[in-house]
Amino acid sequence: MTNGITEVRKADAIFLTGSNTTENHPVIGAQIKQAIKNGTKLIVADPREIELAKYAEVFLKIKPGTSIALSNAMMNVIIGEGLHDEDFIKERTENFDEVANLVKDYTPEKVAEICGVDAEDIRKAARIYAEAERGSIVYCMGITQHHNGTENVMSLSNLALATGNLGKEGTGVNPLRGQNNVQGACDMGALPNVFPGYQPVNKPEIVEKFEKAWGVTLSKEVGLTIPEIVHGAEHGDIKVLYIMGENPMVSDPDTAHVEKGLKNTFLVVQDIFLTETAELADVVLPAASFAEKDGTFINSERRVQRIRKAVDAPGVAKSDWEILMELMNKLGYDKKYNSAEDIFEEIRTVTPQYAGITYGRIEEVGIQWPCPTEDHPGTQFLHQGKCARGAGLFMPVSFSPSGELSDEDYPLVMTTGRVLYQYHTRTMTGKTEGINEKAPESFIEIHPSLAEELGIEDGEMVKVSSRRGEIQTKAKLTDIVSEKVVFMPFHWAEGAANVLTNGSVLDKYSKIPELKVCAVKVNKIS
Amino acid sequence: MITVKINGFEVQVENGSTILEAANKIGIKIPTFCHDPRLRPHGSCRICTVEVKGGRNLPTACTTPVYEGMEVETESDSVVEARKEILDLLLANHPLDCLTCEKAGRCTLQDLCFKYDIKETSYDGAKKEFEIDNSNPFYYSDQNKCILCGKCVYVCGQLQSTEAIGFAERGFPTHIATPFNQGLEESTCVSCGNCVSVCPVGALMPKSKEKFRYWETKSVRTTCSYCGVGCQMDLLVKDNKIVEVEPAMGPSNEGLLCVKGKFAYNFVGHPDRLKTPLIRKNGKLEEATWDEAYELIASKIKDAKENHGPNSIAGLSSARCATEENYLMQKLMRAVVGTNSVDHCARL
Repeated sequence: MTNGITEVRKADAIFLTGSNTTENHPVIGAQIKQAIKNGTKLIVADPREIELAKYAEVFLKIKPGTSIALSNAMMNVIIGEGLHDEDFIKERTENFDEVANLVKDYTPEKVAEICGVDAEDIRKAARIYAEAERGSIVYCMGITQHHNGTENVMSLSNLALATGNLGKEGTGVNPLRGQNNVQGACDMGALPNVFPGYQPVNKPEIVEKFEKAWGVTLSKEVGLTIPEIVHGAEHGDIKVLYIMGENPMVSDPDTAHVEKGLKNTFLVVQDIFLTETAELADVVLPAASFAEKDGTFINSERRVQRIRKAVDAPGVAKSDWEILMELMNKLGYDKKYNSAEDIFEEIRTVTPQYAGITYGRIEEVGIQWPCPTEDHPGTQFLHQGKCARGAGLFMPVSFSPSGELSDEDYPLVMTTGRVLYQYHTRTMTGKTEGINEKAPESFIEIHPSLAEELGIEDGEMVKVSSRRGEIQTKAKLTDIVSEKVVFMPFHWAEGAANVLTNGSVLDKYSKIPELKVCAVKVNKIS
Repeated sequence: MITVKINGFEVQVENGSTILEAANKIGIKIPTFCHDPRLRPHGSCRICTVEVKGGRNLPTACTTPVYEGMEVETESDSVVEARKEILDLLLANHPLDCLTCEKAGRCTLQDLCFKYDIKETSYDGAKKEFEIDNSNPFYYSDQNKCILCGKCVYVCGQLQSTEAIGFAERGFPTHIATPFNQGLEESTCVSCGNCVSVCPVGALMPKSKEKFRYWETKSVRTTCSYCGVGCQMDLLVKDNKIVEVEPAMGPSNEGLLCVKGKFAYNFVGHPDRLKTPLIRKNGKLEEATWDEAYELIASKIKDAKENHGPNSIAGLSSARCATEENYLMQKLMRAVVGTNSVDHCARL
């Protein structure tokens, strides 16, 4: 997030898209509702009429995969009606003209057709966002998990730049992080192209810095992303795959393909339970849970916060860091750490954004990076006064349809997501009785008129198939989805949505799979 | 700034501050049931009653703004007498089952009765006879213990913004209820438990699997391990087991949690947890020692590296693990194995 979490309450308008906040980030969902009570105007764009849609001044029930068209049309209205912030554009940005030129074609009428919404609602949404003194854009995986996820984000960032909604409180471009420490994992360079602190692995001076810090010679070749690793395993190129705390057998698209890959490599899985993925492993290592170890998690607003050991790990299970260190030592790298804090001290020396943060400083309250020195208070919101890269760069991006569209064989578009009571692949929530009482099983949301056409009743088991596979799940009739769109949460291994999803279409920049759109058909089980 | 005198001590506070805020500033504790700094003050419980010099009656500290030169006594005879009377009236229809009440040790009513020596009620009035609402899997509502402070209603309405509960009926039968008394399970309640966390008595209680007393627990401040909001919370631990989770006033959650943070913690001590390393032998995963596991992994990594190069090895790190652990995973892959093929589930 460019801005702090509670700043949503300071926004005059919030443009919420691709985030079902009250279910997936409930505490932020509550804060958005608080904001609305105090006069903040809400715009929601989503293929489903989520709870927050009821609170919106404008709700745009867009077809899945059409976000760029919507952003560009909003930009068309903003520029056409002179609602853009000329001073901000002149002083703080570059490349505006190219975007202005591109969006001329994206008239509300034309885009209304693409998105399946009303042209007047697009105008209304654009005006509310652009006229707000402070406008905040909040989004999540509904924006990113597409073949053009990165460009989706660029189209949103264009809106923020054009209206000067960046670098001040209550504004910004704010992706909500889905997992407790996605931010920390990214910050630490658990990514194939960057070292800790987003320092590129193919930049000679950076490589030299890390070679010196770690006392080894390093590869300058960018590594593989998860979809590429799984693909590589399937084709025999990955001989050893070490998975820590992930369950790709449920979380990744196209389960059959994932299974083939994982079975075709020497698989090590380090986890707290024998997950669907661990069941396929050659070696399983028992890890400590968050309550059994010290360390830090970095939240969505870049805040470095402590976790602390409260109970002992079961059996001979160990903290992940201890396991990794002992394995490093076994492989001939002798570095010893006595605690998580020891490792954090090393992190500070190689990660400029973390240099000023110590365990001592975050004992009571976490600090938001960047925090370059020990007397720096941390950074509540980014791009103040000046964008981090210098001038804020407008990126002209065109709408292109999703990689897999509905057709005669698979006439429906399926989109996936989560529900309040479950979490990701249920490794943790699946072990809590009350949770399973509230959200016991996989289901598919089907519009009542589609259900009628198919002769399907509420609660009936149905067959759902795509080009990847076929599952059975329970029909839930609801008009929060459109007639040609169905929705499935992906949590359950039984009746798993990801047997159906498409792992072959990836975003060209980030390699994120197009999990939010795939073509399916629904059949009654006779 | 305004200067006021509380129990003889001078304190300077901003214009518009309440007596309660002024007292807090200098560490003078005024008891409250219904007050919560996050809520609009409503002064319904009256227990924070204080004496203001020159005043005609005893105002509530939580709703009364200070003025220049104000002189306040927080434990004068008339204040103590009023508080005793309030407690006496509350006890008139409150069960005296502290021996078995799960809230004992963290009950404001119990604490204040102890402080002001109220053993029992002097009134012989009617007793409430509500059925306990057990319909929610995570917590129950025992309206016989409710003192009608309203904090649950306001937290649900003003902060959580779900508005699942409200006051029903008037006078003696007043109680906290869901619309049409249909029960929690049939309501719009999202099981966040934020009402439970603020209840000062035993009216809204978590359904704990363990029997424990609050004084037997230790509290450990940590960060929630579910989504990326980073809610701060306290794990209450008894005998190496988490028995309850309470929200803390973290910068991103401000004392709120959701159902997962508040109630979905039993996975930690779950019997199915992995307890030893396992190695596949003859197609089956069998228990092994750490040394055996490390030996096998190290030899496979060395083999692959020698015969197929470091890029034949890959690591998936985890958005669920600590920052320090993610750092070590990428260091293991980069510095020790020699490949940049390390990724995690940010995209999924």
